[in-house]
Amino acid sequence: MSMLALLGRELRLSLRHGTDTVAALLFFLVAAALFPLAIGPAPETLGRLAPGIVWVCALLAALLPLERLFGADYEDGSLDQLLLCGLPAGAVAAVKAAAHWLVTGLPLLLAAAPIGLMLRLKAELLPVLLAGLLPGTLVLSLLGTAGAAIVLGARRGGVLLPLLVLPLAMPVLIFGAGAVEAAATGLSPRPHLLLLAAVLALAAPLCPLAAGAAIRAAAE
Amino acid sequence: MDCNAPGLRPYPPAGQHSHNGSGAIPHPAEPPLLAGAGLAAFRGERLVFRDVGLCLEAGGALLLVGPNGSGKSTLLRLLAGLVRPAAGALLWRGADALADLAEHATRLAYLGHQDAVKPGLSVAENLQGVVRTGGRDVGAALAALGLAGLAGLPARMLSAGQRRRLALARLALSAAPLWLLDEPTLGLDEASVGLLGALLARHRERGGAVVAATHLALPLPGAATLGLA
Repeated sequence: MSMLALLGRELRLSLRHGTDTVAALLFFLVAAALFPLAIGPAPETLGRLAPGIVWVCALLAALLPLERLFGADYEDGSLDQLLLCGLPAGAVAAVKAAAHWLVTGLPLLLAAAPIGLMLRLKAELLPVLLAGLLPGTLVLSLLGTAGAAIVLGARRGGVLLPLLVLPLAMPVLIFGAGAVEAAATGLSPRPHLLLLAAVLALAAPLCPLAAGAAIRAAAE
Repeated sequence: MDCNAPGLRPYPPAGQHSHNGSGAIPHPAEPPLLAGAGLAAFRGERLVFRDVGLCLEAGGALLLVGPNGSGKSTLLRLLAGLVRPAAGALLWRGADALADLAEHATRLAYLGHQDAVKPGLSVAENLQGVVRTGGRDVGAALAALGLAGLAGLPARMLSAGQRRRLALARLALSAAPLWLLDEPTLGLDEASVGLLGALLARHRERGGAVVAATHLALPLPGAATLGLA
């Protein structure tokens, strides 16, 4: 049983239940479309707020499918089989995080460019926004996986999950939106992007370990 | 050392065991596949069982019996490494079984209460990706449980009994020497119980061992019984 075989199975399952991906994408689009309606379509106001809007909406959209990440496996007994597949629990969690990013994070990243333009973001700032969203969405998948594993088995886990993940995601939001802000004022976005990469380097080993310990505890 | 000896001697921990001349404990020629001594487990705040000992040789079978809530499922999950023992030792061929949980998982196949069947995948796809097959064929495993004709069907179309058979096919596919079965005949018709009997017999002939929790008669000839109160 390799991690690749498990990832293939997870992706196949996600594609069969494609509604989760589509729902996250549509949420992203609809939530972002609310802002021009609320604050008016003036290009200068909207363009200034656009990076923050894209980041916040992507963050919230990435949370949507998290409850089912382990929830379905927990309910139908598959979690036991995953824990007994011969991989360490941390590796199973890492596969889950990778699957979440491929199925949710990557589509959000791809949708961010048209949504940014829709919000009158200056075209030259788009590469900076996407360069920040790439590590940003990866960190969100990792944090989300850890959060989803921790609330597993709790009553009202779906409500608990955002309360747990959103505070942890704040540094990502600050550096991600800060990178675009810096580029807009003529400064280098590099320090912000490097800090985002540092957060990713920290989350990549720690979140799967925490999530692995949490799913072991939930199975017990 | 064999399991028929009166009482179960607690084996020394893994480190001690390698010293052959430790004196008080006779050196076992071939330590049993699985041996447990003084096992205890909590479920929430409640102590479900304590001082449980068991011993299983290759080819052996052990039936766990007892009233509802006596801890049969918990003991099975403990043997699988899913529940941590509150006390006691579990040894695999004489060495601590639970030292490396991922490695222990490769030695066993576990059939829980739930079938762990994904409704969105086809019957054949359900067996792909989570089982360490050791080169065994999905088609043959499905045929062993009489599911060959349903391989391409979405698993959500299966009846409860067919889903149970699909969960059993996961065992047929697995190359693991230890099978842990929680009420394996749940929802099965008579013909399927016969298929399960043949599957269990083949597994034991190959030197595999079976631990099963059950309320019903199981096709496991010569199985030892462990009663939980």
